[in-house]
Amino acid sequence: MLQFFGKHGISVAFVLCVVIFSLSTQKFLSTDNFLTVVMQASIIGTIALGVTFVVIGGNLDLSVGSLLSFATVLVVDLHDKVGPGTAILLMFVFTLLIGSINGYLIGYLRLNSLIVTLGMLSAIQGITLVYSGGKNVDISDQTNTWFAFFGREALFGVPVPAIIFIVLGIILQIVLLKTGFGRKIFAIGGNATASLFSGLRRNRLVFSTYLLSAFTTGCAALILGSRVMGSQNNVGEGYELLVLAGVILGGTSLLGGSGSIARTVIGVLILAMIQNGLLLLGFPYYTQWLVTWVVIIVAVWLDIAAKRGKLFSTY
Amino acid sequence: MNRIIDLVKRQPIWIFVFICVVFFSFSSPYFFDIRNFSNILVQASTIGLIALGMTFVMINGNIDLSVGATLALAASLAVGLQPQLGITGAVLVGLLSGIVIGALNGIIAWKTGVDAFIVTLGAMIGVRGLVFIYTGEQAFYAHDLAYSDFGASSLFGMPVLALIFICLTIIAHLVLKYTIHGRNVFAVGGNRVAAKEAGIRVGPHMLLNFILIGFLAALSGILLSTQMGASTPNLGRNYELWTITAVVLGGTRLTGGFGSIIGTLGGVLAIAILRNGMNLLQVPSFYVLIILGSILIIVLFIDKRFAEPQGVGA
Repeated sequence: MLQFFGKHGISVAFVLCVVIFSLSTQKFLSTDNFLTVVMQASIIGTIALGVTFVVIGGNLDLSVGSLLSFATVLVVDLHDKVGPGTAILLMFVFTLLIGSINGYLIGYLRLNSLIVTLGMLSAIQGITLVYSGGKNVDISDQTNTWFAFFGREALFGVPVPAIIFIVLGIILQIVLLKTGFGRKIFAIGGNATASLFSGLRRNRLVFSTYLLSAFTTGCAALILGSRVMGSQNNVGEGYELLVLAGVILGGTSLLGGSGSIARTVIGVLILAMIQNGLLLLGFPYYTQWLVTWVVIIVAVWLDIAAKRGKLFSTY
Repeated sequence: MNRIIDLVKRQPIWIFVFICVVFFSFSSPYFFDIRNFSNILVQASTIGLIALGMTFVMINGNIDLSVGATLALAASLAVGLQPQLGITGAVLVGLLSGIVIGALNGIIAWKTGVDAFIVTLGAMIGVRGLVFIYTGEQAFYAHDLAYSDFGASSLFGMPVLALIFICLTIIAHLVLKYTIHGRNVFAVGGNRVAAKEAGIRVGPHMLLNFILIGFLAALSGILLSTQMGASTPNLGRNYELWTITAVVLGGTRLTGGFGSIIGTLGGVLAIAILRNGMNLLQVPSFYVLIILGSILIIVLFIDKRFAEPQGVGA
């Protein structure tokens, strides 16, 4: 029983969420509402894809929230100055540059990832404010720009943010499971010393996980900037922890060495479903946070209890 | 020369504090002034009080991300319940809420064995939700002026808030250094299994530290609300990050088993002095964020290069 929940807990929780909400409100189970859920999950979800790689590699990334603010402010501000194409290009260049600073400090200098990314969180926030001078930015002509594609349009009835999220998710799942790169990430997260003696270049691998999380954060900034057509300086504040909540809920261990993109996607979708379902049922907006609290702890608890073979710890 | 290097290794943050004081004293005529110093202490007390508890929790090898939300809950209760319970009753309920949240975190971490990072990450989201639901997303104002008068009052020429911070810092230092509980904090953080084998009741021990930090976060929130005579539901946002920054600047290791209240005080003062000094020099606060982030990484780098054992797996 315990073993079963430990292994399939997240899928059970997903099904449970769907069943409970479908039974309690008729508005929940429809294609339209499901697409809404995926779209709401798309920003946090897209970031979570890259962060999953970082966490499997045995590290953390708390800087993605600030980085999202930075990238969104940058792309929105540059849009009117140099045009959407160049703006997007420059946004990715600078976002990856910051990601590579994280990667260098953590991969090559081997500093503790939690503290480095905590420092970067505050530094990037400062850089964003210096860049914008503390003012909000927006796009003046919001109707006649193809930049609207990423956040406001739909292909074959599916919103583009959802497509970006799902397609990136599928690609990264394949990379994680079917390529040597993916296997090496598991190896360095599972046992850093053993992987070093097996000749894996841990430095370079850790570095690349941070590039990846910066890249997915850049993609999320495209969605966010395009949807809002403007940005506050602190738009991504607190996102790092919501992202981590999704990743953890998906069963990726904070110790590294285990996890999966598919389960991260399910984790993020569960959080979005809780939000959506509780709102449809007429609960106050912030009730979802209370439920999230319980869900995260119970999910990780079951996971640990299954590995331990006992429900309670022995301390 | 060796002694200087030794000092840099042990307490690099106090050297930074010293450099900051010298620098700002020469560059601003308003900095080196007893009134400004007590001002800095008041500003430092909010993060500082939480950082005292965070030092215990982090030496234990745990972390508490829920302190910012706990602070907001306590402040909202202490201000919001005043019409019904009076100031004393409302403040007591506020403090109690911090103890309850701390105990909840501690019991969950103890009984389930889930990592404190995850337990308190959950609580951070959940408690903040609780604050928004309780306040209805409104700010509360203290109508009784006695409440905000307390935040502005002085004793022996020192602001009361600064005095509270100094007293609690001294007590925390003594407890950590000279009591059995303090010794156990290091033992549990250094090697949890060995500590258990040696007869320390690890679970209840950690629970006590979570209650301590919950209480200090609540106290910090209530004192902050006396400064403003009000509370807002967004109060204390990101304070968990500032607190951890201060504690890590002070040399406490995330891996546990190593740290000191004196170091933490240095970290707290470094942040407060930097903010105050830059403010006096009229530097936009954005740059403080960049400088603090960089210093955090540099301190970590120094710690890694000089203090940690170097090895293949390290």
